[in-house]
Amino acid sequence: MSKSVIRVSLLLAVVTLILALAPLWAGRSDLRLIGEIMAYLALAVLWNLLAGYAGLMSVGQQAFVGLGGYMLMISTVMLGLPPLAALPLAFVLAGLVAAGFARLLFRLEGAYFAIGTWVAAESVALVFAGIPALGGGAGMSLPTDAVRSIAASREMREFVIYWLMLGLGIGTLVGAWTLIRSKPGLALMALRDNPVAAVSVGVNIQRIRFWTYVLVAAITGVIGAIIFLQKLRVSPQAAFSLQDWTVAVIFIVVIGGIGRIEGAIVGTAVYFLLREILGDYGVTYLIVLGVVAILVVSFSSGGIWGLIERRFGWSLMPTARRMTDR
Amino acid sequence: MSDPILSVHGLNAGYGDFQALFGIDLALAEGSLLGLVGANGAGKSTLFKAILGLLPRGREAVTFAGQPIGHLRPEAMLRLGLALVPEGRRLFRSLSVEENLQLAAQGGRRGDWTVERVFDLFPALREKRHSPSQSLSGGQQQMVSIGRALVANPRVILFDEVSLGLAPIIVNDVYAALPAILQSGISAIVVEQDIERVRRMADTLVCLNEGRVVLAGPSADFTKAQITHAYFGG
Repeated sequence: MSKSVIRVSLLLAVVTLILALAPLWAGRSDLRLIGEIMAYLALAVLWNLLAGYAGLMSVGQQAFVGLGGYMLMISTVMLGLPPLAALPLAFVLAGLVAAGFARLLFRLEGAYFAIGTWVAAESVALVFAGIPALGGGAGMSLPTDAVRSIAASREMREFVIYWLMLGLGIGTLVGAWTLIRSKPGLALMALRDNPVAAVSVGVNIQRIRFWTYVLVAAITGVIGAIIFLQKLRVSPQAAFSLQDWTVAVIFIVVIGGIGRIEGAIVGTAVYFLLREILGDYGVTYLIVLGVVAILVVSFSSGGIWGLIERRFGWSLMPTARRMTDR
Repeated sequence: MSDPILSVHGLNAGYGDFQALFGIDLALAEGSLLGLVGANGAGKSTLFKAILGLLPRGREAVTFAGQPIGHLRPEAMLRLGLALVPEGRRLFRSLSVEENLQLAAQGGRRGDWTVERVFDLFPALREKRHSPSQSLSGGQQQMVSIGRALVANPRVILFDEVSLGLAPIIVNDVYAALPAILQSGISAIVVEQDIERVRRMADTLVCLNEGRVVLAGPSADFTKAQITHAYFGG
């Protein structure tokens, strides 16, 4: 392992530890905010893998967030399982649905694929809005006894959910970084750089794309389950929100730097900074978001991190590897 | 002559409704160099794409080492022993020189061509091994592109316009590696605009015009004037 990798790993470990101890030093609203930041960090890292590396411009990731949210309700209300059991189930459900979608959607390319993913997500939302046992269009709340089974006190419940979100955010980030540095990651980076050349050096693009899509969807499902575990209530509009689970995430990745691991971190920081400062100003906030996005992509197609990388040659999470078989 | 390592029989190929190749026949003898010439749009790159499966073609239209391969997918070609040095080099720009080579080595066959041997062939690359491929000069990038084909230990390499966009003196440097490559037992098809160079290097010559073979045979049999005539059609 190179020095820079060890340094970054140590830094990550320290940050994780400090954040894990947040229940000791942060208030309730701060915990909620950090938890939300972590959820968005995970979503951004995943969408970046999908669009930035595998070249799959999905605008239908809300399908999997929603599936995760609804899996929480299905497993607690219909199957009578404890809420945390929904996490692995959400992983499986979202992964299976993604595998099914892939068979249809992978016949489409570019903009057609993007629209296809959106249509697929809308169809899933309509299906769930039509199930009376899950509250139909109005949605439903998590039953109180199910909520209590997470932990006895409300405080402890909030801590548990916070730690889950933290684990997911950091875990996804580290997982993606490890993946990019691994052998399949080399193929993924080659695919990002030049799909045609990747094929000609023997990279099986279809297989890489399929597994990236399915894995990203499965983890997105888990994120969805945790998000709605915190919200305690799910409805088709909230669960399958294009705005919340895809548009905001695309904004984060694009301004941070698409196709770069660091891009998701920088983008998430900028997004939440703007929201915390300007969130109360309504229209002004949206105008600022739009202007920031336009300015960033006009001056640096690699986003803010792309600019930093070019200007200073920094690499926060180095992905270069050395040959080991020699 | 022994059985050809790569042959094409009555190949028709194109893009959707547009047919670009008409009944192409071609045979590459093992250990030999075939020069493929023709004007822009004659179908040279399309022929490469069809051989490699980047365009649809008939199962029997392409034979490699005696087996029909027309039904195989492009990513299977490298494992089989058929490599491409693409036009415009197409390096993975965010990967280092070594990573570019490493990836191709993973996708290819085992053999004598290692990353180290590529550095012996192109010493300029050794000191740049950890540099991003984007930071290399055009000639060095071309060397990486050729190295990428070599480390897959192919039996046949298709070279698509290796000299494109390079200064004449650099082109000489790049082509200087060709004899060593052929000596290692690799056969090759070279697409090249410099007719005189092709005539000197190649054992066999094939000229395409508007998607058809208009001239084919041992290079020594043709004068430059004959080739030029076939090249422009007439």
